Amino acid sequence: MNAEASSPVQDEIARIERDAKQAVKRRWQLVYFLRIAILVAILGGWELAGRMKWIDPFFYSMPSDIWGQLHTWFTEGTAQGPLWQQVLVTLEETTYGFLIGSVLGVICGIVLGRNRFLADVFSIYIKVANSIPRVVLGSIFIIALGLGMASKVALAVVMVFFVVFANAFQGVREADRNLLSNAYILGASHRQVTFSVVVPSAMSWILASLHVSFGFALVGAVVGEFLGSRQGIGLMIATAQGSFNAAGVFAAMIVLAVVALAAEYLLTHLENILLKWRPPQFMEQGH
Amino acid sequence: MTETVAAGAPVGAPPKSDQDALAIELSGVTRRFVSPEGKVIPALRDFNLQVRRGEFVAVVGPTGCGKSTTLGLITGLAKPSAGTVKVYGQPVEGIDPRIGFVFQADAVFPWQSVLQNVAAGPLFRGEPKEQALAKARDWVRRVGLAGFESHYPHQLSGGMRKRVALAQTFINEPEILLMDEPFSALDVQTRALMQDELLQLWSGNRASVVFVTHDIEEAIGLADRVFVLTKGPATVKCVYDIDLPRPRNLSEARYSPRFVELSRQIWRDLQSEVTL
Repeated sequence: MNAEASSPVQDEIARIERDAKQAVKRRWQLVYFLRIAILVAILGGWELAGRMKWIDPFFYSMPSDIWGQLHTWFTEGTAQGPLWQQVLVTLEETTYGFLIGSVLGVICGIVLGRNRFLADVFSIYIKVANSIPRVVLGSIFIIALGLGMASKVALAVVMVFFVVFANAFQGVREADRNLLSNAYILGASHRQVTFSVVVPSAMSWILASLHVSFGFALVGAVVGEFLGSRQGIGLMIATAQGSFNAAGVFAAMIVLAVVALAAEYLLTHLENILLKWRPPQFMEQGH
Repeated sequence: MTETVAAGAPVGAPPKSDQDALAIELSGVTRRFVSPEGKVIPALRDFNLQVRRGEFVAVVGPTGCGKSTTLGLITGLAKPSAGTVKVYGQPVEGIDPRIGFVFQADAVFPWQSVLQNVAAGPLFRGEPKEQALAKARDWVRRVGLAGFESHYPHQLSGGMRKRVALAQTFINEPEILLMDEPFSALDVQTRALMQDELLQLWSGNRASVVFVTHDIEEAIGLADRVFVLTKGPATVKCVYDIDLPRPRNLSEARYSPRFVELSRQIWRDLQSEVTL
């Protein structure tokens, strides 16, 4: 415990720490190396299989063809127009659908969560609507709303609404009774309790569902575009499918994946900001 | 062994003269719960409780006897099935703003900082934000949490969260303070500290207190009178006057002969209720 503690002990400790850090570093290097190795193996294997005709590149495509397709799209644009425009259209539909669906879902969730009677009345209809595969509604929307953006937004809204609603509803119902009682006794009105206690308390649930539902909105938009549209990534996929352009389908998938990942990253960031009051999940609760 | 309230005010309480000075009065209260299937569950029967102004009353009883139900009746969050509940002579209707409540489990808002939590009461009641926050800062300091204003509840220990709860309650300057086993979730050392803290805060505001607990020594140490309840459906078995002098030094008082004697008597009463 004194400043000039026995040097051999300090040296020993320093050496152990160095070794430990080295071990951790080496482990991560191995992990990264293996990640890359797997990617190379798969892409390489695929390319090789295609070139050697072990699999027919017409049906299964090859990494080099996919790359070529992406390159063409970037430089010359797609059959429907520039690539960025297709991405933008799909993103717009997704975002509108996501926003409208979430807002409606949250509002309905809160209203039905706070009102037991309404919840009992509507619950069976919600259950029925929930069990129908919602993408099927896409056809109805195309007929009713046409080939433009509206039908895709509607489908995205429907995909998002039920997920967000269910979570908001559950979150509101699970609001700790003690917190509600405490708020009432501290002097809160019914309205203040809803906004200052019930909503923040349901936030974890709501935000968790928002994360997932952006993905659903994207699915809704893309499927809507499959079924009938003039622009968008879904249309690109449908067109490629129609002309047996396997490379095109894969290339469009990659574009979609990039969009989805970017959105996921942003949403996670937003979630962390809004939920900074939550205990970190990986830490054990003391006391 | 059944006695009714002894005549003469206990030491430490302000002098009273008549019945109208009762802060809280439960007369002949019966409380029945109806389960969702329609079954009737009695919680309290023919229950009588009087708390004078500025008096500290403790309620002890076996677990599940209905102690916490009495508090719910006083707040107005629950209604008696029979009998009357009066606060300052008026029957209870809805939530009285003069009442403060400290819960057993954490009821501080996890998404708000310590300062925001303490300021919650005044803000709910419509005070201007600056004023509420200034008051809150003062109370945070008074409960010994200066420097932790921006912390979130999950970053605090159990005892610190309890202190936030106390500040959150006391900032509204309640004239009646209801406490439902507030310290039972804390470890023994923290509990002792919190008891001292409570007495100190109480001496500053002299509210009428109903303190529910299953810890006899806590009850005797804190209260002017202790009500002992039977097992559920509960009624008052007997009442003890705690004539220990105030201000109380809890760590020493608990070894005084009078304390030990009271403790023995109350435990004997409770024992027959706890065992079948």
